[in-house]
Amino acid sequence: MAASREDVKFLSNPKIGLRQKKYCRFRKFGIKHIDYKDPDFLLQFINEQGKILPRRITGNSLKYQRRVATAIKRARHLGMLPFVADLMK
Amino acid sequence: MRHYEVTFIVDPVLSGDEVKATAEHIQKELKGFGATILAVDEIGLRQLAYPINKRSSGVYYSIEFGCDVADWLVKFELNMKRNERLLRFLTVKLDKYGVKYNDDKRNGRIGSKKKKEAAAAVPAAEEELVPAPEVLDLDAE
Repeated sequence: MAASREDVKFLSNPKIGLRQKKYCRFRKFGIKHIDYKDPDFLLQFINEQGKILPRRITGNSLKYQRRVATAIKRARHLGMLPFVADLMK
Repeated sequence: MRHYEVTFIVDPVLSGDEVKATAEHIQKELKGFGATILAVDEIGLRQLAYPINKRSSGVYYSIEFGCDVADWLVKFELNMKRNERLLRFLTVKLDKYGVKYNDDKRNGRIGSKKKKEAAAAVPAAEEELVPAPEVLDLDAE
């Protein structure tokens, strides 16, 4: 039987499962400098094997994706992040 | 004045005095080249992500300095390379955003947002639990 508008109550948000708008977190929050000495922050941009995540996954703009990549490579050189790993997260 | 930052790792098997002496030696070298040292950050003993020279940990130092003279970099890095007490080093030129970031970090302005969020999230979570115990609150996940 067709339910009237008042009867239809959603137990969950009907918008659940819709894709959230992807944005570059550096442009949105005005972060201009990425510190290579901060491996905890850079962990967001690498996967479990220590590889750098692509831009289409992280949502970064090109400018900041390049900066993130150089920061990760510097951190790898300084021994703060591994080049190859297993189960990083 | 151009701002630079040098981060280096000192061998951890040395005694504490020798580690500090190495760091001071680097600072003296920089002053000898005509640099003004802005900050020395001793990050301390850290585990390395992979073994370097068969060692699994190292003492990290980060020195921020400014220099106007030219052609000090080659000699400076050559000396660091020859220094047997250093495992790795990295010299970076800082742009104005980097200088500001370091300044904010030293004055504690970075990381304060996380503390405020943590303090605000705790009383907010307590409020949510009280009003509607019957309704399935899937949004709170």
